Amino acid sequence: MEGLIISVIHRTCMAGTSLLLGTTGEILTERSGILNLGVEGMMNIGAVTGFIVTYTTGNVLFGVLAALLTGAVSAALHGVVSIYFKANQTVSGLALSMLGVGLAGVMGKPYIGKQLPVKLEPVQLPLLGKIPLIGDLLFNQDLLFYAGLLLAVAAWFFLKWTRLGIRVRSVGENPEASESQGISVRWTRFFCTVAGGAFAGLGGAHISLAYSTSWIEGLVAGRGWIVVGLTIFSLWNPLRGIAGAFLFGGIFVTQYLLQPLGVPPNLLATLPYGTTLIVLLVDGLRKDHRSLHAPAQLGEPYSR
Amino acid sequence: MKLKRTWERLEFQWEERTDRSLLFSVSVLLTAIVCGVLLIGAVFLSLGVDPVFALKQIFLGSFGSLYGLKESLTKAIPLFLIAGGLCVAYKAKFWNIGAESQLLMGAVFSTWFGLNVGQSLPPSIGVPLLFLMGFLGGALWGIIPAILKVRFGISEVISTLMLNYIAAEFVTFLIVGPWKGATKHGFPYTDDLPKALILDTLPGSRIHYITLILGILLCIILFILLYRSKFGYEVRVIGESPEAARYAGIDFFKTSLLIMVISGGAAGLAGVGEVAGIHHHLGYPGNISAGYGFTAIITAWLGKLNPLLTLISGLFFAGILVGGDAIQISLRLPAATVNIFNGILLFVLIVSDYFLKHRLVLRFRQL
Repeated sequence: MEGLIISVIHRTCMAGTSLLLGTTGEILTERSGILNLGVEGMMNIGAVTGFIVTYTTGNVLFGVLAALLTGAVSAALHGVVSIYFKANQTVSGLALSMLGVGLAGVMGKPYIGKQLPVKLEPVQLPLLGKIPLIGDLLFNQDLLFYAGLLLAVAAWFFLKWTRLGIRVRSVGENPEASESQGISVRWTRFFCTVAGGAFAGLGGAHISLAYSTSWIEGLVAGRGWIVVGLTIFSLWNPLRGIAGAFLFGGIFVTQYLLQPLGVPPNLLATLPYGTTLIVLLVDGLRKDHRSLHAPAQLGEPYSR
Repeated sequence: MKLKRTWERLEFQWEERTDRSLLFSVSVLLTAIVCGVLLIGAVFLSLGVDPVFALKQIFLGSFGSLYGLKESLTKAIPLFLIAGGLCVAYKAKFWNIGAESQLLMGAVFSTWFGLNVGQSLPPSIGVPLLFLMGFLGGALWGIIPAILKVRFGISEVISTLMLNYIAAEFVTFLIVGPWKGATKHGFPYTDDLPKALILDTLPGSRIHYITLILGILLCIILFILLYRSKFGYEVRVIGESPEAARYAGIDFFKTSLLIMVISGGAAGLAGVGEVAGIHHHLGYPGNISAGYGFTAIITAWLGKLNPLLTLISGLFFAGILVGGDAIQISLRLPAATVNIFNGILLFVLIVSDYFLKHRLVLRFRQL
């Protein structure tokens, strides 16, 4: 029993990492006022390039780096279209999602069923990893898990306590006032969008390099959309994002736990999506509390 | 030196364009499509596929042959229905991304009706009821996000997408589980619908013309509804300025529900067409709908959210779907290839909107 609980928590951390990375990135992007619904596409692109680069070079770090870069580049596309060309951000994000899913399908096809020679191995942290039970659970994970946690805390600190972070928030709340303070709304938003894409790319890499180590079509399976939901659930606060991501990681694991009980697997597969709706619904009962936290200019194009 | 001075004085900026002729709009649109095709060619090139060959295959596979034309018209049927409905939703800026699952629920409802109630009915009663059930299925699945949005403030983008995943898993559950057909030798399909309910096709093709007529009629009706009725006016006001709509006393809840009944119901009708016209049974979600719900989004967008224009753009994108199938076979590309086309074309289209609304102004600064 104890073994089972440990394995469940361990796998929850594993399943939640990609969600955490994606959510932190999307919070950063949305705080600056840009709604990027392309997370699903960016995670797909990150996952597939991470896999291909790792497969061909045999070095997992190159794969992670490639995923980070391609995630950032694809977010830049959304940035240019929605900031420079002031396009509808909902539609632009959708286009990015379609493009990413398509690219991952085509680029990944030759690799379907192939096994990675190396994967993102768990790294036991010195000292902390030696703590009984907790050490095994939390400090014997892969590098992206630690990175995810660190980046989420860093993003929280950045947004809340640094001058630059306050600038980002003010650009999302009141771009006119920011511009009159000499802040470039366009560039701030662009950088936040690109950074968010890099995070999503990392999240994708975690799916293909640690969570699963062979390529299948539709590997990301809507996690990018769950990230968009988690961003709202987190009330644009990266610390709440950590809680949300691992809650949902747990739900992905629950699927496999309930399977031996005879629940049809297809019904279990709806759990993460159904839970997203339920969580937002319960949260939505306090609607005012959400609108209080949402960046005021989210999704609104800015023109000088 | 002199040239450099001149260059330094040159200033350019984008100014809002007030006048817009039809010729200008059409040429911007055509330029956008050409750019999109070039970009798609570039993607092929980077994937190691000869772009000229691929594009030629797409054209030959879709509009370049009689078979392709017939197939394009077949695939245009669900696009007409869904994109027509999406025009109404998107005009109100209600981002229904869930047409894919509204189609599936239409298919589920009509399959249930066909297998359980429809055996004893003559076609003259059974077929209309079949379509009605499909409409109901799509509409009921469609009003969920409307309620979630207006009453609980949940973004319809997320809820419709989540419902897509849920419906797809649900359909798979049905066909491998309780609805698995006794006559299908263990394959994951339901039994076939009774003969009387299967839609006629034009000879030598898969064009189930009843649904085609329904699609064209629907687009015409929706056009009239959008531009000539009070409801259409309210939809457009909500889309253009929610504040003005609130000020004018427009009932958001009622209008949103109605929008999604139309949009979801239309997608449900498309589901009936796919089940009763093409497959004759319920099967894997990816087979019942070849991504029509997503392709219809771009179809509606290319048609400038005008249901009549979506009849043209629907045909265009049906051709892309059919051509996509053709190169999937000849170049062994996966089904997701069509998503690349869709993504690129959508990007190109929304950027072209900027050039429709702005003009580049060059002038020399006085030194």
